[in-house]
Amino acid sequence: MTTSGQWRMEGVRDIIHGLKHKPGALLPILHAIQDHIGYIPESTIPVIAEEMLLTRAEVHGVISFYHHFRTHPTGRHIVEICRAEACQSVGSRALEKHAKTTLGIDFAETTACGSVTLEPVYCLGNCATGPSVRIDANIYGKVSTTRFDELIADCRDAMREVS
Amino acid sequence: MTTRVFVPRDTTALSLGANKIATLIQAEAASRGLDIEVVRNGSRGLFWLEPLVEVQTPEGRIGFGPLSTDDIAALFDERFQEGQQSHPASVGLVEEIPYLKNQQRLTFVRAGITDPVSLEDYTSHDGYKGLKNALQLSGQQIVDEVKTSGLRGRGGAAFPTGIKWQTVLDAPGEQKYIVCNADEGDSGSFADRLVMECDPFMLIEGMTIAGLAINASQGYIYLRSEYPVAHEILKQAIATAYEHGYLGKNILGSKRQFDLEVRLGAGAYICGEETSLLDSLEGKRGLVRAKPPLPAIVGLFGNPTIVNNVLSLAAIPYILDKGGQAYADYGIGRSRGTLPVQLAGNVKRGGLVELAFGMPLSQLMNEFGGGTRSGRPLKAVQVGGPLGAYLPEQQWDTLIDYEGFSAEKAVLGHGGVVMFDDTVDMGEQARFAMEFCEFESCGKCTPCRIGATRGVEVIDRIRTGENQEMNWQLLEDLCDTMVDGSLCAMGGMTPFPVQSVMTFFPDELRSARQE
Ligand SMILES: Cc1cc2nc3c(=O)[nH]c(=O)nc-3n(C[C@H](O)[C@H](O)[C@H](O)COP(=O)(O)O)c2cc1C
Ligand code: SF4
Ligand code: FES
Repeated sequence: MTTSGQWRMEGVRDIIHGLKHKPGALLPILHAIQDHIGYIPESTIPVIAEEMLLTRAEVHGVISFYHHFRTHPTGRHIVEICRAEACQSVGSRALEKHAKTTLGIDFAETTACGSVTLEPVYCLGNCATGPSVRIDANIYGKVSTTRFDELIADCRDAMREVS
Repeated sequence: MTTRVFVPRDTTALSLGANKIATLIQAEAASRGLDIEVVRNGSRGLFWLEPLVEVQTPEGRIGFGPLSTDDIAALFDERFQEGQQSHPASVGLVEEIPYLKNQQRLTFVRAGITDPVSLEDYTSHDGYKGLKNALQLSGQQIVDEVKTSGLRGRGGAAFPTGIKWQTVLDAPGEQKYIVCNADEGDSGSFADRLVMECDPFMLIEGMTIAGLAINASQGYIYLRSEYPVAHEILKQAIATAYEHGYLGKNILGSKRQFDLEVRLGAGAYICGEETSLLDSLEGKRGLVRAKPPLPAIVGLFGNPTIVNNVLSLAAIPYILDKGGQAYADYGIGRSRGTLPVQLAGNVKRGGLVELAFGMPLSQLMNEFGGGTRSGRPLKAVQVGGPLGAYLPEQQWDTLIDYEGFSAEKAVLGHGGVVMFDDTVDMGEQARFAMEFCEFESCGKCTPCRIGATRGVEVIDRIRTGENQEMNWQLLEDLCDTMVDGSLCAMGGMTPFPVQSVMTFFPDELRSARQE
């Protein structure tokens, strides 16, 4: 999902044209752009604004309101750690600390190798089998620190295969 | 003869490796030359047993769980596919497991039994009977049936669903909408997700009936983006419903129209609040609207709109099939029907427990939950999500009932029960309540936007012993201001967990734990 680098503004216009007829189309459009490129590049904002008959400030306002949308590229994998109460009760605070220490980054940062961006998430609906972690589209339960390290190793291996 | 083996595909089962197990079972069966069909069912909601694999036998379905990938070869060696129960993970006949057998499942009758995206499974298990009845009724008759059921909104506010529908039915307007609130942001909640992942046609049917009731031709499911599995399953089920005439311009040849679309949220807890949700659906920032006007009168794109929680809408097919009275026969006082309670957090047997209202909370946590997962003493329980109070031991006998919980200054909310053992630092939990509000506030009103930030600061001061008594007083005042002055329950209820800690665990708030 998170591709890097290659995208064309034409592709963005195609996405917008495919969705703009829908009532309240802005969120579906933003999702589609982010799914396609991995983030919503600043340079697409004037194009979205023009197509949707909105001001740039309005489009920017919507993007910045939602935690899910981002305007900067991420690492190859997005690792989200659940910070909500049910996961807290089974050790997610310690897991969060472990993740930050071993990856050497804080939330919203990317490892130097470019493989992982760390994000907080507030509940993945997996609250009876926490601590829960989401990596891209996959959700993992009962994630111990050891299991976390294994999952991260997979992220890094996957990176090596790509490059 | 083909043996059917069931491997669940809900988020929790997947999070514990169900996909790998399904692949291994297929491979193992192939290499042993066995005729096995792997069905990807929903989950029974017995999460402590997931991944729970079931095999169909003439006596019923026999379960094995929790399984890991290492167990699969041994399962075959022990001939589980023939119904042999010698493997140590055998749990016997699944329907005889007390956790399941002792439930009163009206909404979750099919969960885990059927393949969620099989329309045939759905209709052969009583699915779409409610819709067929509804097609013979007038809008008013449908609304009356819902009123008779006594159903109250399961999204948190417990507003009577029939009365909401009546308001929308009576509101003038050509275009009306049905909006399903599938934002399920509360920690400890997963019942909505389970409906969507295990029995999506039930939600589609409920929404279609709502559409018939108020003459709305368009519905939206506003789904949180944190639920990728639910999203896939819903999209597939909706496409199938269209193909078979259960959605679209001419529902089952009735010339009635109902179109349905899933829209994704984007990681904002406040978008579960119904007016914020509507703004978000309209493509805007999810700011809370002042009420009145109610969404029932001025809702989506300014039109009369029913906004209901997933569980409220999922209860509708049963009500229209068996009758409102059959539903109302369950429950106590003004809480009618069943509540799917979700046992979460530090719990030994976590999962979904659907029961008639009226069961004591303690019984749920002990008989079903089996105490804490850690085996340590239970210390506090947060019911109803991040805006719900923490209940200390003296409140655990409270009955599952909206009024009973209000009397304890607690909320039942969406029925999420999050258990904490004695290692929890309650001061830290109080701080988190404010921190969460700071992070998720829509920013429209001052008591919430500024109050939450101040709340975190004041709690930090209290915990480091700075001017403790004065700051304690300040926190009390701040909580009162937020409760009284906030536009919506985000700011208005964030103080509940904080105040419960101040009342029942004051010492832990006063002293930050040294690590
Ligand atoms: C901060 C906040 C978050 C909410 N989150 C949800 C939610 O995730 N799901 C939900 O159904 N209702 C949520 N609600 C309640 C809705 O505003 C609304 O009452 C509900 O969708 C109405 O449906 P019901 O009558 O079927 O419960 C939330 C309310 C507030 C104030
Ligand atoms: S209480 Fe908070 S979330 Fe609700 S309207 Fe005010 S600022 Fe927005
Ligand atoms: S609280 Fe972590 S998955 Fe729900």
